Amino acid sequence: MSARDEILGRVRAALADVTEVPAAPAAPRRSPVADVVGLFEERVADYRAVVVRTTAGGLPAALRDALPAGASAVIPPGLAGTLGLSGTGFVVDDGELSAAQLDQVDAVITASAVGIAETGTIVLDHAPDQGRRAITLVPDTHVCIVRADQIVLDVPDATALLRAAVLAGRPLTWISGPSATSDIELSRVEGVHGPRNLVVVIVESPQG
Amino acid sequence: MSGTFVGMPKFPVAARAALEDTQLRHNLAHATSTIRGKRARLVDEVNEVSSWEDLRLAGAGVKEAALLSLETQLLRLEETLTANGAIVHWARDAEEACRIVATVATSHQVDEVVKVKSMVTQEIGLNEALAAAGIAAWETDLAELIVQLGDDLPSHILVPAIHRNRAEVREIFLRAMKTVGRPAPEDLTDEPAVLAAAAREHLREKFLRARVGVSGANFAVAETGTLVVVESEGNGRMCLTLPEVLISVVGIEKVVSTWDDLDPLLRLLPRSSTGERMNPYTSTWSGVTPGDGPQEVHVVLLDNGRTRALADQVGRQALRCIRCSACLNVCPVYERTGGHAYGSVYPGPIGAILNPLLKGFGVDEQTDSLPYASSLCGACFEACPVRIDIPSVLVDQRAKVVDAHRDSRVPKVEQLAFKGAAVALSDARRLGFGERFTKVGLGVARRLGAAAWTSARDLPPAPAESFRAWWKRTDGGRDESTKESGR
Ligand code: SF4
Repeated sequence: MSARDEILGRVRAALADVTEVPAAPAAPRRSPVADVVGLFEERVADYRAVVVRTTAGGLPAALRDALPAGASAVIPPGLAGTLGLSGTGFVVDDGELSAAQLDQVDAVITASAVGIAETGTIVLDHAPDQGRRAITLVPDTHVCIVRADQIVLDVPDATALLRAAVLAGRPLTWISGPSATSDIELSRVEGVHGPRNLVVVIVESPQG
Repeated sequence: MSGTFVGMPKFPVAARAALEDTQLRHNLAHATSTIRGKRARLVDEVNEVSSWEDLRLAGAGVKEAALLSLETQLLRLEETLTANGAIVHWARDAEEACRIVATVATSHQVDEVVKVKSMVTQEIGLNEALAAAGIAAWETDLAELIVQLGDDLPSHILVPAIHRNRAEVREIFLRAMKTVGRPAPEDLTDEPAVLAAAAREHLREKFLRARVGVSGANFAVAETGTLVVVESEGNGRMCLTLPEVLISVVGIEKVVSTWDDLDPLLRLLPRSSTGERMNPYTSTWSGVTPGDGPQEVHVVLLDNGRTRALADQVGRQALRCIRCSACLNVCPVYERTGGHAYGSVYPGPIGAILNPLLKGFGVDEQTDSLPYASSLCGACFEACPVRIDIPSVLVDQRAKVVDAHRDSRVPKVEQLAFKGAAVALSDARRLGFGERFTKVGLGVARRLGAAAWTSARDLPPAPAESFRAWWKRTDGGRDESTKESGR
């Protein structure tokens, strides 16, 4: 018998006593807040990420400020051309840069799919304005743009919005602060393998 | 690596050795109390705007529903993963799983793989199996790296190197990094940030050249064919993204039915685990993504005793475990003895029930001694985000251990006492049952004497206050001087 059939058979035998499967109770929702963007800003900052608020007009300047002086940065193809950034330091990812080449780039600038206020989380669904996963992983600084209207209150709001991307087969990366570890005597240290610097740029909606 | 749990002495012997190790006791006490405090603050925070108990009920509910319909879920998972371009393998036991991973790695002619989230791979002894096939498996979690370079065994689910202090970590890095790759810098200090930076440099070399990655998964979503890895350091993202080939070993109990089921679990896990609102990184992937990440994706669905556990009507709830380690951090026995005394990759209260469930009773003495590695205080049940009633399972298992040794020395009356206690317990699920039960449990344990884990320490006099009350009053024995303050 194949391993598959044997395991499935064991599962069936193990559950012979089960006559019905109770439905899980619905998960509770947290109470609403007046200022979702303010909560997001506060919670992201709690992770010792840098948070900047700007407007659409102020975005290019905010991005330049967010980068270390003289830093090179990679930009996903879907974002290039919309940022008003140009110059020798900027590289548009053509999908061919190797991990070793990305390791030579200082920073990455991306958009995002969803922001979660309660947990201070940014979720990337790796659409063209966020790029493939490697570009947000290897460089040491990640500057991430979140539009205010992308920010939701809590995790269930985010999972509902992300469902379509997952069904389309896209990977997700949930980011809550810079890479961190507490493995040595429980001292929290920022930055082990992921980007050691995370800058979140919140772009206010036009109507304020 | 020579580290292995096979042939460990049974719990009382190992625990006595650990009790004498003051470094370990100090580190564990510090770590567990720090995490306990962070978790407690976040539970309070949730209760201000929602209900932690309702969230636990939802989390337990989605896991339980998936387990009770496991055949349906596994078939669906196989179908969706395959549709997403993943190659699905099934492994009855550790040996079969190791063989599958080694075969895939060998077919790519590699002599090394990078690894993340290796509890399940530690369970099946994958590193040793790969080494036998001439393949080096590099651990990439900082703590796992410390454990591996120190030729050591992990002692805590969450902080596997909790038994090492910073000076020891520095010494291990200086001595061992150069033997397997980029050496630690000569001027390495014992600052945690400096040590972490050394690990970053050492491992980056391996990430950038690795062609095969090996992972576990925290969850597998049947509906969408999606695997989920929850982590902190970014080594998971490295292993899941940079290699050309990814092999994920996934216990069959990791499956959940729908994408939406992740919601309560992703809210419960980081708060219960590291005491954070969310962990730094969570990655989800659904088979192969063209142009992004590994283009050959394997998933090994592993039984290795899980169907045995599933057949146990009392014990099957242990398969809900999301490996958060909250039960370890509240456990007075764990805090005083450490992870190694459990002789397994799954230590603490969950290990005490899971190991016998996976292996069966009457097979080896080490495993049979585990259900006694508890004072039945009930703190683990209160802390567990998926409401695993560990004390009830322990009591049930003690009876089963006794059954398995029926012909030997244990008098029958003890079996009856445990079975009676299990019945009483199953009716008293809410807060406070621990108090009532402690007296029963200790009473029985005193009579059992020889077989009970309590033989490794001095059996306490009959308690004037319950263990749970004592634990609360003295902050887990760290503050024995505290007066009973009229309670
Ligand atoms: S048994 Fe519960 S508390 Fe313990 S590790 Fe598992 S999920 Fe966490």
